[in-house]
Amino acid sequence: MAGDQVTLLDFWASPFGMRVRIALAEKGVKYEYSEQDLRNKSALLLQMNPVHKKIPVLVHNGKPVCESLIIVQYIDEVWKDKAPLLPSDPYQRAQSRFWADFVDKKIYDIGRKIWTTKGDDQEAAKKDFIDCLKLLEGELGDKPYFGGETIGYVDIAFVPFYSWFHAYETVGNFNIEAECPKLIAYCKSCLQKESVSKSLQDPQKVYDFIVMLRKNLGVE
Amino acid sequence: MANEVVLLDLKVSPFAARVRIALEEKGIKYESREEDLSNKSSVLLKMNPVHQQIPVLIHNGRPICESMIIVQYIDEVWNHKSPLLPSDPYRRAHARFWADYIDKKIYPIGRNLWASKGEIKESSKKDLIECFKILERELGDKPYFGGETFGYVDLALVPFYSFFYTFETLGNLSMVAECPKLVEWGEKCLEKESVSNTLSDQQKVYEAILQIKKELGVE
Repeated sequence: MAGDQVTLLDFWASPFGMRVRIALAEKGVKYEYSEQDLRNKSALLLQMNPVHKKIPVLVHNGKPVCESLIIVQYIDEVWKDKAPLLPSDPYQRAQSRFWADFVDKKIYDIGRKIWTTKGDDQEAAKKDFIDCLKLLEGELGDKPYFGGETIGYVDIAFVPFYSWFHAYETVGNFNIEAECPKLIAYCKSCLQKESVSKSLQDPQKVYDFIVMLRKNLGVE
Repeated sequence: MANEVVLLDLKVSPFAARVRIALEEKGIKYESREEDLSNKSSVLLKMNPVHQQIPVLIHNGRPICESMIIVQYIDEVWNHKSPLLPSDPYRRAHARFWADYIDKKIYPIGRNLWASKGEIKESSKKDLIECFKILERELGDKPYFGGETFGYVDLALVPFYSFFYTFETLGNLSMVAECPKLVEWGEKCLEKESVSNTLSDQQKVYEAILQIKKELGVE
């Protein structure tokens, strides 16, 4: 659409921001990426997301859209001429929303427990995390993507967390690929797509970032 | 088209109430099956193996779970009347944002208010009032969050109107003093049959919460 101004307020390591980057890339939308300092939030961020004061925020022709999955649905609805992210059938759409919601409710929070806790709490978090990944692996089945033959809403919701797996594994001292080989194979195949490889971060950089966060939080 | 619609339900659940209101708004005939959450039916466990929670809508044998996902499904399938989401993508994103805000805040903070004591309870009370005030600002002078007609955000929030008496009594606060416009909005929503037929009586909700508190061993 000519004359569209699209800005993404984001933070390089955020899996939520990565979701939006992938969606914009899939749709071929030109946008300005604006890296935010989360310890010193900009006036623009506070103005565009006064309720949660978080990234990502998509600013489209001056109007903000917040919450990563809501942004992804917005992108799908506005730039609807290519690369549909949600299925067209209402039942399939409900299933996609369900699994994206599952990823939202579980993966980040349980993953966070892995790098912010120790001892029994960490062990419990690791077990929960693997249980969730196994459920997702079951849902993926033999399909190339959660969406079927093409990348879709659930793939976009989930695959950014792959950037964080190395950090979880190193801090938690466990091996995700040993537990969920099919899911890891799937993540690697997603990375063959430019929209994904350009949006995800180098796992080593993410790990270094987590190490710094742990130090700041006082976790050993 | 043979339309078999079953709702795995719980009368006092605000999440199930959302689905019942949506079904009524659309004039959909359905069978409600009350679940006993201390003794979950095999149907519930089969239809929602991941979360094992209500509500679950079963449409022609296929399950849909999570209240606002069910509401969107209902809106998309029965799109001939009473649209719940706006048609404009920006307004849809705006509606989804506020329904998500309600989901993230009202139930968990409200639960902390009635299920805990001391400092947690006090800070939950403060947080809950703050959330309601933020919602009141979003409502502004509009009759409904949706504008002129009852919509997605109204539907997400209105079941919690049944909890106001519980919040007031257990939280020692006055909703009409803190958020008069929100109380007014709740009363306006209750003028709609789909809402008044569906919402649990505030006293019944209070008694159900007292029962849960007893089971949890919270004074």
